[in-house]
Amino acid sequence: MEGTERKVKILVTKPGLDGHDRGAKVVARALRDAGFEVIYTGLHQSLDQIVHAAMEEDVDAIGISILSGAHMYVFPTLINMLKEQGLDDVVVFGGGIIPTDDIPELEKAGVKKVFLPGTPLEEIIDWVKENVKPRAVSF
Amino acid sequence: MGLIEEVIKGNPRAAARIMRLIEDDVPEAREALKKLYPYTGKAYIIGITGPPGAGKSSLVDRLVEEFRKQGKKVGVVAVDPTSPFSGGAILGDRIRMQRHSTDPEVFIKSLATRGHLGGLSKATDDIIQVMDAMGKDVIIVETVGVGQDEVDIVKTADTTMVVTVPGLGDDIQAIKAGILEIADLFVVNKGDKPEADKTVRELEMMLDMSAPREDGWKPPILKVSATKGEGIKDTMEALEKHRKFLETSGRFESYRKDRVAHAFENLLRDKLFHMVMSKLKENGTYDKLLEDMFSKRKDPYSVIEKLRCQCVLDTENN
Ligand SMILES: Nc1nc2c(ncn2[C@@H]2O[C@H](COP(=O)(O)OP(=O)(O)OP(=O)(O)O)[C@@H](O)[C@H]2O)c(=O)[nH]1
Ligand SMILES: [Mg+2]
Repeated sequence: MEGTERKVKILVTKPGLDGHDRGAKVVARALRDAGFEVIYTGLHQSLDQIVHAAMEEDVDAIGISILSGAHMYVFPTLINMLKEQGLDDVVVFGGGIIPTDDIPELEKAGVKKVFLPGTPLEEIIDWVKENVKPRAVSF
Repeated sequence: MGLIEEVIKGNPRAAARIMRLIEDDVPEAREALKKLYPYTGKAYIIGITGPPGAGKSSLVDRLVEEFRKQGKKVGVVAVDPTSPFSGGAILGDRIRMQRHSTDPEVFIKSLATRGHLGGLSKATDDIIQVMDAMGKDVIIVETVGVGQDEVDIVKTADTTMVVTVPGLGDDIQAIKAGILEIADLFVVNKGDKPEADKTVRELEMMLDMSAPREDGWKPPILKVSATKGEGIKDTMEALEKHRKFLETSGRFESYRKDRVAHAFENLLRDKLFHMVMSKLKENGTYDKLLEDMFSKRKDPYSVIEKLRCQCVLDTENN
């Protein structure tokens, strides 16, 4: 019963209808190799599906890959939906094709971090290590 | 506490919280399990095992669909391996279970083995308890795809399905090695492939040659295509037949008794170990013993024989 440390759980997912999930997979693997438990849902996820998965798996963070240009809709909407579910303490971060100019507004909406294309994996891992901890035990 | 009542009402968010605490083995988890215990023991538990990529998750997705048509509430526990190098894991079974990913009556939980051998994770049985207390009628457990020694599932499940696929060559041999005895149902998945009939025949032959089971159950072999949705109805019928068999033969109940014993023995082992260890570690006895064994002044066998413990079950409050 004693001595086990809590593990950080991260949902890695890709909303929308666009493209491939190569980037998301690479990040998922890097997170695993850094010792995180990654729940990987694959492509074409609706926001409902993402919130539902985050709730069932009780994750500490959600990493989202977006290539479609829908980020200004996806991130704020998702964050609101998480709030409605009482999942406000889930860290949301993302990457993909997101113009630098949009980042301040996304951060204001509650996105913890946006990684620009070409960000080294180590940088992402270090950021996750620093910023994502197992969510508090609440009863 | 509110959270427990919510779980019993079937609230998925409350259940998810408690499952996470169980996985992380925090003390609050045991408190929750104590309170949920009276509400457990009702669900029908199906185990699904088989080699990596055999289509276990795809099959689970189909079975869930059928159970939902019958109006049953379903829980799914899907176990994937933890990397022995990093301690991390990628849990990818949800990818193939998209059909139910927003159904409020279907709860899907992914688990990493976290170093536990045998195809499940240490938390699996307790997570099943939570789903059971939530009111799930059916709980489907997908083991890691190792193919040889996922034997834990037999103790956990009422009905164990072994999934195999054509074209694995030696895989039939692997099945022979130990999985043959644990299957209540065989599924040859990817039945859309031409070699599937051959695999079915090989399995039939192997089953014919093996000794009849002592419980008298004859495991059926089902040809299925999970992706095309073929053979699913037959699989559901076979499951139902096995469930009826368990009920009429009294095994449904006796399995539950076995599980109670199994769970209790596991807890007992833990408890005794910690009780004895903390006693031994008082006054440095343990270090001294280790030193004596290391220097061969004592041997561990004699030390264990000399161990005496007083065991008292405090029943005052019951
Ligand atoms: N042709 C064919 N492919 C299938 C069938 N069922 C599953 N697959 C494919 O086989 C691959 C693995 O399927 P999964 O359902 O993830 O298999 P699994 O046994 O759960 O895999 P692990 O959990 O990784 O061990 C996927 O690409 C599926 O699309 C089937 O009936 N026919
Ligand atoms: Mg799977």
